[in-house]
Amino acid sequence: MSNPVHDWIDSVVKSNDVVLFMKGTKEQPMCGFSGRVAQILQYLDVPFTDVNVLASDELRQGIKEYTNWPTIPQLYVKGEFIGGCDIVTEMFQNGELVKLLSDKGIPHRAPTA
Amino acid sequence: MTLGPVGRAMEERLRAALQPEHLEILDQSHHHAGHAGAHPEGESHFHVVIVSQAFAGKPLVQRHRMVNEALGDLLKERIHALSITAKAPGE
Repeated sequence: MSNPVHDWIDSVVKSNDVVLFMKGTKEQPMCGFSGRVAQILQYLDVPFTDVNVLASDELRQGIKEYTNWPTIPQLYVKGEFIGGCDIVTEMFQNGELVKLLSDKGIPHRAPTA
Repeated sequence: MTLGPVGRAMEERLRAALQPEHLEILDQSHHHAGHAGAHPEGESHFHVVIVSQAFAGKPLVQRHRMVNEALGDLLKERIHALSITAKAPGE
């Protein structure tokens, strides 16, 4: 039961260390929730690949099915789903996000306390 | 603010599935009027604050999945945006 969109997403999250599926782009987010996660990653100087789900309906639907997660944005690190806007924000605030990036060997700036 | 039929249905499903000690459902649709995904009849954007013993010891992704699953088709077909604060008692 191969789905070409799921296969494509699978290859993207496995071949890029940090991937953000979002509405719009990191330069021009089209939704506040997507924009907030992109901003957090940019603040931490994390190199990441942005995928604009508004580019196709198949992709917008496909990412929800692939992750079994109903909303966008969705952040992946080293092929693992980390969360959406609420989770990434909470992890950023309590320091878990920086710890996760360190543990996974992702380059980032140390946030000033 | 009094909840409409969608908010009340959310409340009923969350209470049944997760027996929360604390549950707040905030309809924030008015902040997003005219925004893509906003319904003319409102009740499109919600914030849920939920405290339940069911979340104890579970990571955030799993807590959010439990809320999402409890909401089921409401989330797939009716609610455009949902933000969730999910805590276990004492957190």
